Amino acid sequence: MLRMEAVSKHYNHRGQLVKAMDCVDLNVEKGEFVSIVGPSGSGKSTFLLTLGGMLTPSRGSVWLNGQSLYGMASDERAQTRRQKIGFVFQTFNLVPYLTALENAQVPLMLARVDEGSQKRVALSLLERVGLADRLNHKPSELSVGQQQRVALARMLANDPEIVLADEPTGSLDPDTTREITEFFVALNREGRTIVMVTHNQDTAARAQRILWLVDGKLYTAKPKR
Amino acid sequence: MHLRTLVWREFFERKNQLVTGFLAVLLGITVIVSIKNITFYSEKAVARELDALGANILILPKSASIQDYYSADLQDEEFPEDYVTRLILSDIQGLDNLSPKLSIPVDMGGRSFTLTGILPKNEFQAKAAWVGAGIFARPQGCGTVGGPTDGSIPPTQNQPPPQETLVRRTVIDDLGSTEALVGAEVAASLGLKDGSTIDLLGKTFTVTAVLPQTGTVDDTRIFAHLHTVQQLAGKGSVIHAIEVVGCCNEISRGLVQKINRLLPEARVVTVTQIVDTQIKTNRMMSRLSMIFLVIIVLLGGASIANYMYANVFERRREIGTLMALGATSSFVLRAFLLKALVLGLSGGIAGYILGTVLSVTLGPRIAGVPVLPRLVLLAWAVGISTAIALAASYFPARRASRLDPFATLQEV
Repeated sequence: MLRMEAVSKHYNHRGQLVKAMDCVDLNVEKGEFVSIVGPSGSGKSTFLLTLGGMLTPSRGSVWLNGQSLYGMASDERAQTRRQKIGFVFQTFNLVPYLTALENAQVPLMLARVDEGSQKRVALSLLERVGLADRLNHKPSELSVGQQQRVALARMLANDPEIVLADEPTGSLDPDTTREITEFFVALNREGRTIVMVTHNQDTAARAQRILWLVDGKLYTAKPKR
Repeated sequence: MHLRTLVWREFFERKNQLVTGFLAVLLGITVIVSIKNITFYSEKAVARELDALGANILILPKSASIQDYYSADLQDEEFPEDYVTRLILSDIQGLDNLSPKLSIPVDMGGRSFTLTGILPKNEFQAKAAWVGAGIFARPQGCGTVGGPTDGSIPPTQNQPPPQETLVRRTVIDDLGSTEALVGAEVAASLGLKDGSTIDLLGKTFTVTAVLPQTGTVDDTRIFAHLHTVQQLAGKGSVIHAIEVVGCCNEISRGLVQKINRLLPEARVVTVTQIVDTQIKTNRMMSRLSMIFLVIIVLLGGASIANYMYANVFERRREIGTLMALGATSSFVLRAFLLKALVLGLSGGIAGYILGTVLSVTLGPRIAGVPVLPRLVLLAWAVGISTAIALAASYFPARRASRLDPFATLQEV
């Protein structure tokens, strides 16, 4: 379903070449739950954003359902993201001046869904994540765990096939981490494909497959250093 | 939720930064609207004054001296009547009416009067003071409020004259070679009335009308047809003066100089006391409004651009997130331009209201004229402010739409 072929991403940082990803190959099947584990600066975020069509690789290609993501025009790629991919971020990235309900409506607004349907879908998703009583709260009025749940509701708004999560439990306390992890497991059971970048070994262990990303290279087993 | 919801909510999220850009537009538009409004009514006031005065330009022989504007045609030197034809055939704009005159002294009943030859219709059209008495409806084509502004179409051609003036108008239009009009003072001192006869230089005239009091030297004049007076004077087709009703807007655009160029042998004078000072004031106001326009474009534009660049920088994570959620570049561009549009519209409308209030309040004190609100300035103010806001925001908006989402999500 989701495939990376010899993907490399190189930066030139103050005259020095930085290899964020170095000839990465990956094949994720439909309905699979994959965890990517690695130390800070290993290129995990670069990997995830490249996989999600947000960052053009220096070399190689990324395929989604047989279509080259970076062979598409940028607006077509945005449309693909809107329809098929859901992003979750460590810092939640909620729009600060919108309420929980409105934040969950954003992907639906971008997909030009009518306002009534937007509210209906957003409301049911917020109920699902246990925030039915926080609809009109702004992010600053919510706890970090609640903010991440709003972000999860937003991610699900367009019913994506693929969920790409970048350290989704990185800012959360242990109890909330467990809750959110279980939520991802539940999403996977619904048939969604999940690729999660995480530091947390316990969270990673809930995936069907764990991969290690070290110095821009992907390993199927933890590499010895 | 719509794009406009997103823009509207964000609008009030960073109010402090917004205030600077909004104030720059608001104050600039306020000043321009005030100046333009006051200038407009000041120009109209000049136009009304000139209309009330009647003829406002005199064409005289080169050597003529001006002691009294109303008796300026009482000169020794003459010039050819052909000058009138040259003016009519020229392409000079703003000549509302031409009235050639030849004046010669006459004695009647032991008193001296002036016999003035006129081309009747033109002469009456040029005399505002006679309009009030219902003798003749002179044109109101000199840019007065509610009248044509270019002076090209005398309103009397568009609307019929008042019923009570019709008979007399016909007489005046057809002023015959033995008919005369007499000023109020002449009629009073000689006991003349409509239908009386008078002998002038051996020719008998019938008084067709006694003119109402004007308070000028015209009250001591007797008017007859120009060509009859030319015959009595025995000087051929010559005249002493041409009175011109010049459109005041055209006077400010150099009408006098144009006539001078056309008739270099003649002397062209205007009612300088009124025209010069008022027109200089109006010109100064126009220049001021242009200066403020440049200031608002530079200052307001720079202020809005600065605000927008800061806004884009602050919202880069939000922009990256929206892109991750599937927003296209054009969506981001539209979001920022819509915000600029709201800023321009609100600044323009508020500036119009404030500027109008200021001009209505201060106009009478500054320019000595009553000033009223003008809706056309609303369209003008909104157009300018919106154009500035959109132009100043375009590059920041484009920058936002081209942000690298990866960089925006990585760096925060």
